[in-house]
Amino acid sequence: MYVAVKGGERAIDNAHAWLAEERRGDTSVAELSIDQIREQLSLAVNRVMAEGSLYDPDLAALAIKQSRGDLIEAVFLMRAYRTTLPRFGYSVAMETADMACDRRISATFKDAPGGQVLGPTFDYTHRLLDFKLAADGEVPEAATATPREEPTPHITTFLKGEDIIQDEPQSGEVPRDLTREPLSYPAGRALRLQALARGDEGFTLGLAYSTQRGYGRNHAFVGELRIGKVAVEMEIPELGFAIEIGEVELTECETVNQFQGSKTEPPQFTRGYGLIFGQSERKAISMALVDRALRWEELGEDNVGAVAQDEEFVLSHADNIQATGFLEHIKLPHYVDFQAELELVRKLRAEAEANLAASEQVQEAAE
Amino acid sequence: MTTEVAQDERKAWMSLLAKSQPKRLAELWRAYDADPDFTWLRPPEIGGVMLRGRMGGTGAPFNMGEMTVTRCALSLDNGAVGHGYVQGRDKAHAEIAAKVDALMQGAQADALEASVLAPLRDEQNAARSERAAKAAATKVEFFTLARGED
Repeated sequence: MYVAVKGGERAIDNAHAWLAEERRGDTSVAELSIDQIREQLSLAVNRVMAEGSLYDPDLAALAIKQSRGDLIEAVFLMRAYRTTLPRFGYSVAMETADMACDRRISATFKDAPGGQVLGPTFDYTHRLLDFKLAADGEVPEAATATPREEPTPHITTFLKGEDIIQDEPQSGEVPRDLTREPLSYPAGRALRLQALARGDEGFTLGLAYSTQRGYGRNHAFVGELRIGKVAVEMEIPELGFAIEIGEVELTECETVNQFQGSKTEPPQFTRGYGLIFGQSERKAISMALVDRALRWEELGEDNVGAVAQDEEFVLSHADNIQATGFLEHIKLPHYVDFQAELELVRKLRAEAEANLAASEQVQEAAE
Repeated sequence: MTTEVAQDERKAWMSLLAKSQPKRLAELWRAYDADPDFTWLRPPEIGGVMLRGRMGGTGAPFNMGEMTVTRCALSLDNGAVGHGYVQGRDKAHAEIAAKVDALMQGAQADALEASVLAPLRDEQNAARSERAAKAAATKVEFFTLARGED
C-alpha cells in the first residue's frame, strides 16, 4: 500500500523566505551586483560555466549570487536553465591555434616560437594573504610591451616534424552528444572529452592525481598550456555560409606522454587533451591526464585495473549534478520506506529473541 | 566573384556585430539615428549553440559545451532581409544587428560602415591589442648564468 502524505507547505514557504534573507546577509553591508561577481570572482564564474556546460558569464554570476556561492548549486541552476534553450545548432570546430593568448607556457620546450608567456597567473605568488586587498587599494597598471600580431602555433607541431609524436586521429564523423542521447559504453574519445569537460573539477583532479601517484601511470609533461579568446563560427543555414557568432575564453592543455610502443605502434610520444571554458588550468591539466589514461585501449597499453583507466567508472561519476542529485535525495522524506525497514528489523529481532529463549529452554531441560 | 566578395564582406560585418558589446552597439545605433520600418520574419529568440573542440587541438571534433545565442530575422520595406545572430541573451542586440545587416545591403552601407562598424572594429582591435600588449610584457626572457668555466 502506498500512503501519500501532504503537508509542510507553510514551513517550506517560510524556509524559502528566510533563505532569501540569509542570502542577502547584513543589510548594512552593500549588496553584491552581478557585474561585481562577473568581474571580481571571474574564476568562480568560469568554473560554473565549465561544469554548467554553458558559456554565459552574466548567467553564471547570477547563479553564484542566487546559490550564495555554493558553486555546485550554481552549476545546477545553469544546467536547469540550459535545458530550456532551443538548440540552434553546432559550431564549426574551434581553432585553438588561432587563440589570442593571454597565457601560453610549455614545460617541455623553453625556446618555443611565441615564447613562454605567463599571463595573469597565481604561479610564483607567495600564497601569503594580502591584507592590502582588505582595504580598498588602488591597483597599479599592468606593464605592456609590443604585442604579438601573428597567431601562436601549437607546440606539438614542432614535434610532428620529426614524426616522434602520434598524430591526432582525424575523422569526419559527427561526434556523439551526451546532451542528446544517454551515455552508453564503450563511449569513445569524443564522448569522454565532452563528459570530462563538464565533469566536476575536484573529481577530475583526484583521478588525475591518482595517475601521477602510480594508479595507471603515464608520466605526463605539460607540452603546452594556453589561455585566451577563440572565435566561434557557425554555419547559418538561412545564409548558406558560416559567420562568427561570438568569442569564448578557453583553457587548453596538451600533455606529452612517454610511450614505450606496443605490438602495433613504434615508441613515440602520445598525447592527452584538455579543453575547458574560461581560465581553469587545474581542470584542463586534470582533464588531459585522465583523457590520456582512458586511451589505454586504443594505444594497445595494458589495463592495470586503475580507476582512471575505467571509462565507465570515470564517466558515470564525473558529473557533480548527477552525483549530488542522487546523494542529496536521501535527505528527503523516506518515511514510508523507513517504516517498512523498521517493521522488518522489529520482526527479525523478535524472531531472534524467540529463538534464543527457545534454545535456552532446551539447554535447561538438558541440564 | 563579386558575390563571393559580397559574401566575405557580409560575413565580416555580421561577425563584428555578433561579438560587439550590446551596450556599445546600441549607443552607436542611437547616434546613427535612422531606425528603419521593418517586418519580423523571425522575432528575437534566445537559444544555445553546442561548441565543438578538436581532440588535441587538431584532430577529430568533439562537443565541449554550449553558449547562449540570440537570433532574429527581419525584412525592410525595400525587401532587404537582415539576420541577427549574436552572442548572449540580449534581444535588442540581435534586433540592431539584423537591421544593420539589412541596411548594409543597400545605399546606406557607406554611412553605416563609417558611423557604426568602423568604431566597433577599431574598439575591438584596440581591446585585443591591449591584452596582447599586457601578455607580451609577461613573456619570459631567459638568460644563461656564467658558470665560471672557460
